[in-house]
Amino acid sequence: MTESGSTQSTVQEIIAALKDKPGALLPILHGIQDAMGYIPAESVPGIATALSLSRAEVHGVISFYHYFRDTPPGKQTIHLCRAESCQAMGGRQLEEHVKSKLGIDFHETTADGKFSLEPVYCLGNCACSPAMQIGKEIYGRVSADSFDAVINNTEASA
Amino acid sequence: MSITIYVPCDSSAVSLGADRVATAIAQEAEKRSIDIKLVRNGSRGMYWLEPLVEVATSKGRLAYGPVQPGDVSGLFDADFTQGGEHALSLGITEELDYFKKQQRLTFARIGKTDPASLTDYVENDGYRGLKNALSMTQAQIVQAVTDSGLRGRGGAAFPTGIKWKTVLNTVSPQKYIICNADEGDSGTFSDRMVMEGDPFVLIEGMTIAGLAVDATQGYIYLRIEYPHAFEVLNAAIATAYQAGYLGDNIQGSGKTFNLEVRLGAGAYVCGEETSLMESLEGKRGLVRFKPPLPAISGLFGQPTVVNNVISLASVPVILDKGGDYYRDFGMGRSRGTLPVQLAGNIKRPGLVELGFGLTLRELLYDFGGGAASGRPIRAVQVGGPLGAYLPDSQFDTPLDYEAFAAIWAVVGHGGIVVFDDTVNMAEMARYSMEFCKIESCGKCTPCRIGSTRGVEVMDDIINGRNLDKNIPLLRDLCDTLLNGSLCALGGMTPYPVLSALNHFPEDFGINAKATAA
Repeated sequence: MTESGSTQSTVQEIIAALKDKPGALLPILHGIQDAMGYIPAESVPGIATALSLSRAEVHGVISFYHYFRDTPPGKQTIHLCRAESCQAMGGRQLEEHVKSKLGIDFHETTADGKFSLEPVYCLGNCACSPAMQIGKEIYGRVSADSFDAVINNTEASA
Repeated sequence: MSITIYVPCDSSAVSLGADRVATAIAQEAEKRSIDIKLVRNGSRGMYWLEPLVEVATSKGRLAYGPVQPGDVSGLFDADFTQGGEHALSLGITEELDYFKKQQRLTFARIGKTDPASLTDYVENDGYRGLKNALSMTQAQIVQAVTDSGLRGRGGAAFPTGIKWKTVLNTVSPQKYIICNADEGDSGTFSDRMVMEGDPFVLIEGMTIAGLAVDATQGYIYLRIEYPHAFEVLNAAIATAYQAGYLGDNIQGSGKTFNLEVRLGAGAYVCGEETSLMESLEGKRGLVRFKPPLPAISGLFGQPTVVNNVISLASVPVILDKGGDYYRDFGMGRSRGTLPVQLAGNIKRPGLVELGFGLTLRELLYDFGGGAASGRPIRAVQVGGPLGAYLPDSQFDTPLDYEAFAAIWAVVGHGGIVVFDDTVNMAEMARYSMEFCKIESCGKCTPCRIGSTRGVEVMDDIINGRNLDKNIPLLRDLCDTLLNGSLCALGGMTPYPVLSALNHFPEDFGINAKATAA
């Protein structure tokens, strides 16, 4: 099967499993992003048909929510908290360090495809600010040094 | 007999290495052939001591912390499984000042029990509220909640009992209970602690709400940023179904309540109840006009109770011990307890549950110990990104909804973010506008466009351009946002912006006299 054929069959399975839930669109979008890492544009018509929505409506929902993405992410996505509590503990300086270490800005992916960087507005780890999340792993009291250590480890194990 | 050792599974503790500590303890115990039972409890909320390891002894639970994996073999050398002394010894956990001075009602079990264990929950007063509720009429349940004086802990502080009464009295074949678990305010983590540390209390509270108003379906709208809470809640819901605490015949009563967790997708505005319902319906999270109230026409057009995690998690203790018991805590019209969250630049960050009425100063210094940096505290933001910044001169304000309203501030969800004297308040005001710009749902023009203009005006002010014109322009813009927005995002962004300007004018390049507008 071609890659796009297998994408389509994964998407169709997710749609079929979830489409009868009340308010099924977000669960479907989460299902697709969990499986693929993003929501491919070619999945939109199938979702729209299954839920009796227009493609524009589906696109509108995908684009409304910061978490949903329509391009493939890097191998690891780093969510760096920008909110007040983290700022109070040096988050602004950490943000500068992270961007220069990775050589990318928010919403970008490193050229080698290893890391995507996304801002997040609170991880609920405010008692251990500044905080970040990589995949499902959460980190507290992140410093420039501890960030570098985590990144180097992740790179080594990748 | 095996020795019980507790290592929190709370995600903040994990962010500081609790999982690695737990693994190290298990390995070391095996190596030394010591029979231990490792329990992954919730956090006690003393985060400067996390990972906080506890050992059950005849004297009570002894605490050691903060423990790192490298400390583990030393702890075993010191015979900590028998309560041996070590440099990290803290004494009896519940005798620690920070913990002992609290009044834990909603958080009674958190940190104490195994969140995954229904047995633990039931043995520690769990499901007593539901048991009582099952023998009461719907009107009696609603009355108990009304009598308790409980007001919405999400931030709006609307009386919970009145909301429930409206839903109860609205006739409809289908009603819903929604738990708003989209805890997006910076400086807050009490919802997360409940969901990760005592999920059954939320399930019980929602079940009681369902019984009270005739709602058979509940949804927990959980933010995507809380993956650990998602796992814990789903496991607890599955356990509750198996044990007959959810489903079609709750504890043999013939009553039905079903519950499902739904994930948000990183939109702050979806913590606003009407936007949340749009999102649950599978739409863009655009704010709805009110009326109609959600209690009359909410999710899928049906009567809906939307309550915050802490509100719902406070219901079981109210139904167990009575509305009067809960109401006897607190002050004025702020009844019961508030789980305060100390965050940001503070020496002893954590969760402090107490009856309303404590002053900010007591929280910041007696509990919090001052700024983590050792520098003076210059400003605190209370109530999340839409809450006002308060200077030292207002630190004697008691935590009370009305007292805060009187100084043009909000208690909100009880989060307190501390800043030391290195903070630039004009930068913080700019950030508030930027946050509003990023998170605006776009429905109201003042919020959608005003926030962008607000960032531009703040850039001008920060660069010292045309202050005579730009300061009044900023005030004017805030006035438009305040009065021309449907929800609190646009309507309250002026709180942090104007409070920063009014209390810290020097950071905006002007002297105090010039701000008297």
